[in-house]
Amino acid sequence: MTPPARTSAAGIPRALPQYGALVAVLLANWLLFPDFFTIRLQDGRLFGSLIDVLNRGAPVALLAIGMTMVIATRGVDLSVGAVMAISGAVAATMTGAGWGLAPVLATSLAAGLLCGLWNGLLVAVLRIQPIIATLILMVAGRGIAQLITEGQIVTFTSPGLAAVGSGSVLTVPMPVAITVAVLAVTGLLVRRTALGLMIEAVGVNRLSSAGAGVNTPVVLVAVYAWCGLCAAVAGLIVTADIRGADANNAGLWLELDAILAVVVGGTSLLGGRFGLVLSLVGALIIQAMNTGILLSGFKPEFNLIVKAVVLMIVLLLQSPALTLFLPRPGSPRSGSPHPRTPRPAEPPVKSGSVKSGGVKSGGIKPGAGA
Amino acid sequence: MSRNRLISAAMAALFIGFGGSGAADAAGDKLVVGFSQIGSESGWRAAETKTAKAEAEKRGIDLKISDAQQKQENQIKAVRSFVAQGVDAIFIAPVVATGWDSVLKEAKEAKIPVVLLDRQIETKDPSLYMTAVTSDTVHEGRVAGEWLAKQTGGKCPVVELQGTVGSSPAINRKKGFDEVVAKNPGMKIIRTQSGDFTRAKGKEVMESFIKAENGGKGICAVYAHNDDMAVGAIQAIKEAGLKPGKDILVVSIDGVPDIFKAMAEGEANATVELTPNMAGPAYDALIAYKKDGKEPPKWIQTQSALFTPDTAKAEYERRKDAY
Repeated sequence: MTPPARTSAAGIPRALPQYGALVAVLLANWLLFPDFFTIRLQDGRLFGSLIDVLNRGAPVALLAIGMTMVIATRGVDLSVGAVMAISGAVAATMTGAGWGLAPVLATSLAAGLLCGLWNGLLVAVLRIQPIIATLILMVAGRGIAQLITEGQIVTFTSPGLAAVGSGSVLTVPMPVAITVAVLAVTGLLVRRTALGLMIEAVGVNRLSSAGAGVNTPVVLVAVYAWCGLCAAVAGLIVTADIRGADANNAGLWLELDAILAVVVGGTSLLGGRFGLVLSLVGALIIQAMNTGILLSGFKPEFNLIVKAVVLMIVLLLQSPALTLFLPRPGSPRSGSPHPRTPRPAEPPVKSGSVKSGGVKSGGIKPGAGA
Repeated sequence: MSRNRLISAAMAALFIGFGGSGAADAAGDKLVVGFSQIGSESGWRAAETKTAKAEAEKRGIDLKISDAQQKQENQIKAVRSFVAQGVDAIFIAPVVATGWDSVLKEAKEAKIPVVLLDRQIETKDPSLYMTAVTSDTVHEGRVAGEWLAKQTGGKCPVVELQGTVGSSPAINRKKGFDEVVAKNPGMKIIRTQSGDFTRAKGKEVMESFIKAENGGKGICAVYAHNDDMAVGAIQAIKEAGLKPGKDILVVSIDGVPDIFKAMAEGEANATVELTPNMAGPAYDALIAYKKDGKEPPKWIQTQSALFTPDTAKAEYERRKDAY
């Protein structure tokens, strides 16, 4: 049940569709635009299309980190886009009112955390279905953000806050550095402690994991709170990037991109096993496509069609029903007799089950409870 | 049905709660105008409302504003309640183009003139409204294009940041600009993409354009369908190590305060104003109509004035409070 076991031998073939798709999209970009991989330094900051993919992908990648945890508990958080707008609105308005960088960052992160806690309480304590519970804040949150900004685009000139969006750490753009840091912290939290196992256990079966001693409400609240925090960070980045809080548009529809990134990354919406890094790969696939379309010179009317076709291919490649027909040497399916089937209907539906090797909740729950 | 409608109109009038003053004022010599505003979707919209209030005050008109929160049904309710109150005229900034016929008929039967502000509607019976005060968005694109053609001697590879795909300002502002490009063989739109009318997308798209065009060396100017995208593009140009307003000219449409600020700092070159003063010309037409029954033309076109950095600082000071 230690982390390396999950991503080793069996892990590489299972992630093949994601990495394959990312490489394919990047190569397609390169064919459309030969300078795609060219990187140079501009004002002490890396500059190039590949860097754009990472930099522009950072907000969705951050959302995807939080969203992966939530989806692993068999939930979903529709409010992240609105939370982005709130944290951005708080940051820009406070900066405009003359506050320093530290209190501004602390308050807007706290606002995101608070939003996450609210979602978590609705889901964990009041037991409202996650899609409904977070829909409340999705709708109301943008209104709250508009109240804060009074319906205007609140701009600021503070170089400190602007650096969150367009600064750099050792030539790496700040949003990318922040995303890597959040990924590292999240990874440590869920993979080096029992937290990850508890999250998966709650996702697979909330009742029986509670029976096994997992404090499910605390796990759920923590997961939604973390998701809110990630959204607040993403909101800070987009606000800092344009040096203004645009409550109407900041993070608009990004919750859907985040869910898509997680699903493209192979985490099942039915909860259970999750892949943090793969969700980030999912986010990068989406952004690489966006950047590629912009570079290609396609007419804007085709943007969504191109995106839809590529995503359909990636998702089809992950379809358990489809992979049955593809010859796959060393497929985990062939080599794993798997007597434990809690829900018989599960394997064909769940893309995660293809990869489920031997480590799954059956062996986890007692350990997690102990 | 009509009784229900009457009741609901009466209820709406009660809820809006003008304390019965509406009808009384209408009887006096002070004009009462009911204005159904879309909502506060953008800074421009807020400025339109503010200007409508200020212009009403100037002319001694009693203005009643109803905020529809981007919903047509709220606008229809508001119009009915204005009819029930017996106002002298109804202004509507229609949120969508269709579905107005029946409520406008009610206003017509009550002999209350209706003026459309800022957007047109689709109807088979143009007698349902007195006039529409809007800008000509095709003309806006033309004005921007002509300025650029003049400025560059008609030789300029342009990148274009379009508005939301399929929206009428995006279609028309592109059309007007394209007309000018067609007339100048040296002008060419080398790249065009949608920036969704937002700063963030404007910046992202401009970043890609700069990379795709040899680090921005092949770009003479950027034409943005609104100022917000231009503000985003200016940041992208700066981050690429180029000088917006010099290495790459910036021309856009709307005339929001932030673009005047950018112009004052030498980072933008021109903006075509979409004036938020839609109500002013409407009041004037209304007053003339009430005085000697003179019907205004069906379409009152607002001026699409071009502003350049020379006056930017003063214009910014003048505008920043209106928005």
